[in-house]
Amino acid sequence: MSEKDMNDKVNEMLQRSEANVKKTEKSFVRPEDEEREVVAPDGSIIKVNPIYDYFSGEKPKEEKPCSGVIEKFLNWARAESIWVLGFGTGCGSIEIPPLVTPRFDMFRYGVQMRPTPRQSNAFIISGYLSVKTLKRVIRTYEQMPSPKYILALGSCTINGGMYYDSYSTINRLDKYIPVDVYIAGCMPRPEALLAGFMKLKELIKEGKGEKANEYARNFDEYKANQKKIIKDWNMPDYNW
Amino acid sequence: MTIYVKLGYTLLGLLIVLNWGFLMGATFRKIGARVAGRYGIPFYQPWLNLLKNISTRTTITHGVMYYIGPVFRLTGGVGLFLFMPMVFTGTVDGPWTNFSFEGDLILILYFQVFGMLGMALGAGQGGHPYSAMGIARGLAQHAAVELPLTLAFISIAIQFDTFSVYKIVAAQQGGFENWVLFTNPFAAATIILAMLGAMGHSPFNLVKAPNEILIGPATEFEGTYLGFMQSAGSILHVMEAVLFMNLVFGGASNWIELIVKTFLIYFWSVFVGMVFPRFKIEQSVTWFFKVPLLLGFLAIIIYSF
Repeated sequence: MSEKDMNDKVNEMLQRSEANVKKTEKSFVRPEDEEREVVAPDGSIIKVNPIYDYFSGEKPKEEKPCSGVIEKFLNWARAESIWVLGFGTGCGSIEIPPLVTPRFDMFRYGVQMRPTPRQSNAFIISGYLSVKTLKRVIRTYEQMPSPKYILALGSCTINGGMYYDSYSTINRLDKYIPVDVYIAGCMPRPEALLAGFMKLKELIKEGKGEKANEYARNFDEYKANQKKIIKDWNMPDYNW
Repeated sequence: MTIYVKLGYTLLGLLIVLNWGFLMGATFRKIGARVAGRYGIPFYQPWLNLLKNISTRTTITHGVMYYIGPVFRLTGGVGLFLFMPMVFTGTVDGPWTNFSFEGDLILILYFQVFGMLGMALGAGQGGHPYSAMGIARGLAQHAAVELPLTLAFISIAIQFDTFSVYKIVAAQQGGFENWVLFTNPFAAATIILAMLGAMGHSPFNLVKAPNEILIGPATEFEGTYLGFMQSAGSILHVMEAVLFMNLVFGGASNWIELIVKTFLIYFWSVFVGMVFPRFKIEQSVTWFFKVPLLLGFLAIIIYSF
């Protein structure tokens, strides 16, 4: 084998290994969901990209509120029917179950728990948020239908709290997702959480519950912050 | 009565049924809360939930069937309503008898399955990898409920020699001793027991329990679709209660009587739901095949000879 052939072969192998490395970077896409060409029943060749059946390729858009009285009326309905996602992210989630018990009973204020992000419009970030959980929080938040609201429970979401110098938790939540209401304390009691819901209702009724639009407006900035802290970003940019 | 006047009455009836369904749903939640020692939701919460659901700004769709699923379910509820005589007025051409006709009992049986089918079709395109399991469970339980119900319906049809719900109601007039509850107790017992499954409350609500079974079809829908589904569910609840009232409890001669009777029928399923915890699918299917099915066979055998 000549030296030239040898070089060609090595180059080819290097290229192949590079291609393999690129493939592993996109590992969240299953092989059957990758972009490919398929032969249609009539013999024509069409391009398919099945991953877009699961994820949107578009950035979230700003959704304009309705005008005047209609928006006020709808905001009243939204404020009186808050569906909270049942997803405990940190130690504060232990304060949520008492809310459905006779002592605190959040149902009387129109606050209910829902099991899926698709049906909920409020998300309680309960206490410290590790970087690993932040990834799940972003995915979940982006899947929720707009208008959506975030309640940040506990001091850890404001400035890191007692985990301010931890290697694995974030310090300021609103750098990564927009927050509507902060509930300070370590831990805040269920009454504080109820007070937070009341505050959120006030904000929605005043027409200030537009953080989902803020997220869409400053999407690139939020994404940059998220990617800065999440080192192994192995999911699509837009999860909604 | 011209067709337009009849159509007007039917639309008005549908509006009453929808709102009564919402109120009944809220009452159920309220009773549940009071049993648990809580104050519970306000009685107007379902209307607010509907408004909230309609006013969501972004909705995700997974394809055509995802649109058609809730529409199917609504069609099931409205179809059940269209062919059901609501209030007995002495003539089949009366104001609240809707479009009841000879043989509507068979059509009503068909429309009962329609709602479940809508859920199945919608969830099939919902994108959830395990939705097929949820659908299979739902349809298995639905089949187990439908079988004894159908036997009881046939027994009542043999008893009165008609497949018209209106004629069955007419035959039960003139005092409670003429109700099917007393003239055909086996069919009545079958319906009263199988009704618990048709209503879909605890202990037979595993199918639509999103907290316990994340593969349930109801978890995939959001926004307007969910609003549609919940409205359809409310209509279906009332119509199931009206069906059993017409077949077993002598129908109603005015709206007040209808509301009282449907509430008591609904309350029966709520009462059982408050007392018994949730059944697993295999437990509920076995139960329906044991007790109501045997009673249904007895009801058929007695009226066949």
